[in-house]
Amino acid sequence: MARHIVARTSEIPPGGNKVVGVDGRDIVVFHVNGEFFALLNRCPHAGAPLEKAACVARLTSPEPGVYQRSRVGELLRCAWHGWEFDMRNGQSWFDPKRVKIRSYPVAIESGEELQKGSYVAETFPVHVEDSYVIIET
Amino acid sequence: MSDVIDRPILEQEVAAKSRLRIVDCDVHPSIHAHADIEQFMTRRWAEHLRTYGSHLRTPYIGTTPYPRSSPLIARRDAWPPTGGPPGSDLAFMQKQYLDPLDVEFGILQVLDLFIFSQQNLEFGAAIQRAINDWQLAFWSDRDPRLKASILAGQDDTELAIAEIDRCAKTGRYVQVNICPRANEPLGRRRYWPIYARAQELGLPLGIHVGGYGGHAPTGGGWPSYYAEEHQSNAHTMAAQLTSLVLEGVPERFPNLKIVFIEGGFGWIPSATWRMDRHFEAFRSEVPHLKRKPSEYVKEHFWFTTQPIDEPDEGKHLRSLIDWVGADRLLFSSDYPHWDFDDPRYAFRTPLTEIERTRIFGSNARSIYKF
Amino acid sequence: MAATRIDCDIHPAVGGTRTTLLPYLDDHWKEQVVSRAIDGLDLNSYPPNMPFSGRADWRPTQGKPGSDLAMVQRGAFDQLGASHAICNVLYGAQAVFDPYMASAFCKAINDWIAAEWLSKDSRLRASIVVPLQAPDLAVEEIERLAGDNRFVSVLVLAQGDNLLGKRHFWPVWQAAEKHKLPIAIHAGSQYRGAPSSIGWPSYRYEYYLAEAQAMQAQILSLVYEGVFGKFPGLKVVLMESGVSWLPAFMWRANKTWRGVRVEVPWVEREPASIIRDHFRVTMQPFDGPPDAAGVADIIEQIGSDKMFLFASDYPHWQFDGDDPLPAHLPASLISRMCEDNPLETFPRLKLAA
Repeated sequence: MARHIVARTSEIPPGGNKVVGVDGRDIVVFHVNGEFFALLNRCPHAGAPLEKAACVARLTSPEPGVYQRSRVGELLRCAWHGWEFDMRNGQSWFDPKRVKIRSYPVAIESGEELQKGSYVAETFPVHVEDSYVIIET
Repeated sequence: MSDVIDRPILEQEVAAKSRLRIVDCDVHPSIHAHADIEQFMTRRWAEHLRTYGSHLRTPYIGTTPYPRSSPLIARRDAWPPTGGPPGSDLAFMQKQYLDPLDVEFGILQVLDLFIFSQQNLEFGAAIQRAINDWQLAFWSDRDPRLKASILAGQDDTELAIAEIDRCAKTGRYVQVNICPRANEPLGRRRYWPIYARAQELGLPLGIHVGGYGGHAPTGGGWPSYYAEEHQSNAHTMAAQLTSLVLEGVPERFPNLKIVFIEGGFGWIPSATWRMDRHFEAFRSEVPHLKRKPSEYVKEHFWFTTQPIDEPDEGKHLRSLIDWVGADRLLFSSDYPHWDFDDPRYAFRTPLTEIERTRIFGSNARSIYKF
Repeated sequence: MAATRIDCDIHPAVGGTRTTLLPYLDDHWKEQVVSRAIDGLDLNSYPPNMPFSGRADWRPTQGKPGSDLAMVQRGAFDQLGASHAICNVLYGAQAVFDPYMASAFCKAINDWIAAEWLSKDSRLRASIVVPLQAPDLAVEEIERLAGDNRFVSVLVLAQGDNLLGKRHFWPVWQAAEKHKLPIAIHAGSQYRGAPSSIGWPSYRYEYYLAEAQAMQAQILSLVYEGVFGKFPGLKVVLMESGVSWLPAFMWRANKTWRGVRVEVPWVEREPASIIRDHFRVTMQPFDGPPDAAGVADIIEQIGSDKMFLFASDYPHWQFDGDDPLPAHLPASLISRMCEDNPLETFPRLKLAA
C-alpha cells in the first residue's frame, strides 16, 4: 500500500472536486459534508469522467409521490448515462454488489504530522500550517 | 462484472483506438446563437423567428414536454468552455470527440428549431433553408469530416422538394432527412414525391427520432414520465418501419435507401417477425406487396446503433446482431447527448473483424458514397 | 378427460345491444337502445368480415365468428384440445363515452356471458368487462361479480384514453388485487387516439401490429407509476400481442431506468425483474423467429418460464389446422404454459367448479 499526498484540503471547496494523477490513474477527490472521498475518475459503464458527474442526494421513496432525500451531495450521477454511485464506497445504486467504481481510502492529515512522517510517496510541498488529503492505493 | 473498467487506459488500447477510424452517423451540432442562423434568412423570417418563434404541438415555448434527465439532453461534460450549448463549438467537439475517437466522417443531424414540426409551413421552410446553409458554412466548410443532411420539411412536399433540389445541386449533402413524427405516417402517399426525388438523386432518406406530430407517444395516451417517452422512440421507429413497408414504399421506390437514426436496433427482429407472422391473414389488404415484409427490411433499410441495448449477457446482444444483420447496422454515437454511445465500449460482445468494419465504416461508406 | 390445457383467450361474440344484450339491460337502457337504435358496437379493431377476425372454418353460416356456443365448443375444445377456456368478450362497451351507458353495457355483457355461456358449459370461465371510463363504476362492477368464481380476470383494452398505470385507475387495481383477479390487457382500441406517435395508419394490418407497442407502453406505465409497489399481489396478462418483443423491450427499459430512475424513485428494482414477476403473456399470436434455435434464444432471453400462457385466440385466424401450439417450443414449457402457469396466474380458476 502506498500513501499519496494529493491535495491541500483548501484546494477542494465543499461540493467541489479535484482530479489527481496517481500511478498513471486519474483519481477524483470529492469534498462533501465535511468529508473527502477518492474514486477512480472513470465510470465503470462507459468510461465517462466522474469529475463531471452531478453530486446529488440519495433518493428513495416508500411510495409514489413521496421523495426521501438523504446524504445530500454524496451520490454521484454520471455525466453521461445518469448512473448513480455512492461516493463513500463507489457502489452503484442499481447493482451495488456487481457494478462499482474503484474507491480509495482517504485520510486528512496536518502538514506538521506529515513532515514528521516517512511515508510520503509524492513530491508535494507540504507546509506545517496546512492540512492535506492523503490517498491510499 | 466483466465490463467494469477500473484500470487506466493502456497504451496499446490507445493505438488500437486510433485504428478504429469510425463513421458516426449521428452527430448533433447546435446553433450557438440565433444570429448564426438569421444571416441565412430573409428579414421577414428572421423577424418572425424573433417575434413569434416556433409554433409547435407541444405545451412549452422554452423546453420539451417531458423534462429531460440532464440540461439540454446533453452529456454534462459536453458544455464548451467558451460558452454556448453542447455541440455548438466545433473546436471543442473536435477536441472532445472527433479527434480522440478518430472519427473519419460524422453525419450531422440538426434538431434545433424543429424544422420538421413547424405548424407554419412557410416559416418551417425558411428555417430549413437557413439550417441547411448553416450546416455547410459553420460545419462542413470548417471540418470536411462533417457531412451535412438536407433537412426537408416533409409536410409541405412542394417546398421540401424545392429545398432538396437547391441543396443537391451543391453535391455536398449526403442524405435527405425527414421526421418520424410527421403529420401522417411516413408510408402514406402524400410523402411519396419526396421519396421519388431522393431516389432520383441517389440520396438516402434519413429519419431521426424526435419531432412533435401532435399524437400521444403511445396508443394508450400520454405517459407521465420521460422514462416512458424516451423508450417510445423505439415504438415510433417500429411504427414507421411498418408504415413504410406495408404501404409498399420499397416496392415503389426500389432504389431508395432508408436509414433509421437513433431508434436503436433491439426492436427490429420482433417488429419484422411480427409483420411476417400476420402477412398471410392480412395479405388481401396489401396486395401491392409482392414479397414478405422481412425481405424489404433486409434490403432497403439501415439502422444506426445508438442507443445500443445492454442485455446482462453479451450473447444476447450477439443474437440480436445476427438477427438484424451486421450489413444493416451503422454506428452512431449521438454526441453530445446524454445517452451517447462510446464506440470503444458500446458493443459488449465480440464482433468479428468483418462485422466491425461494416458497422463502424463500410456500410455507411457504401450507402452515403464516401 | 384429456390433459389439462387451459386456453386463456377465446372470444365469444356479442350479436348486438338490441338482440344479444337486450334481456340483460334494465328497463331504462332497454328503452334507450331500442328507441335510439344504439347498436353496432363492434370494436373497430376487429371488423367481423376481415379474414383475421374469424378463421374460415370457424365462421358460422349466420352471425359473427364466435357467436355460436356449439361451434365454439367444437372449435376450442374438440378441435384444439383445450380442457378449459377463458372468454374475453371484445365488444364496444369500453369505448362508449357516456360512463353510465358504458357501465350498463358492461353489466349486460357480464350477465350475458354468465347466463348463456358459463352456465351452459362448466369448462368456460370469463373476464369481467369493466367501464374504465368511470373507475368507481368499474370497482362497483368488480365487487358485484366478485362472488362468482367463474369470473377469473378483469378485461381492459390496450389502447384507451389514458395509460393504465395512472393514479385514477388505482382503485380498480386495488379491487382486482383484493379478489385475486389479474388484469387482462387485451389488444384492442377505443380508436380515439392514433395507435402510435406517428399517427393514423392506412391499414388494419398496420393497426394490429401496433398493438405490441401499446402493450409495451402499458407495461412501462404500470411499472413506472408504481402500481406494483402499491398492489404487490397484482398480476397483469397481456393478451394477443405477441411475445418476441419482450427481451429487447426489457433491455431498453432497464437501461433507461438506470439513467433516469430519479423520476420514479419508488421503482426500486430493474423493470425487467418487475415485469417477470407481474406480467404474463398469451401465446397466440407467437411472433418468434422461424427457426427452433431462434425460438429457444427468445425464450431464454425472456428469462422466465412462468410468463407464458397457452391461448388459441379462437376464432381469430392465428394459425391453420388443429394445433394451437406455436412451433419449436420446448416440451417443458408447453406443460407449464398449458396448466401450471394459468392456474398460478388466475388463482380463481378452480377446475372442479
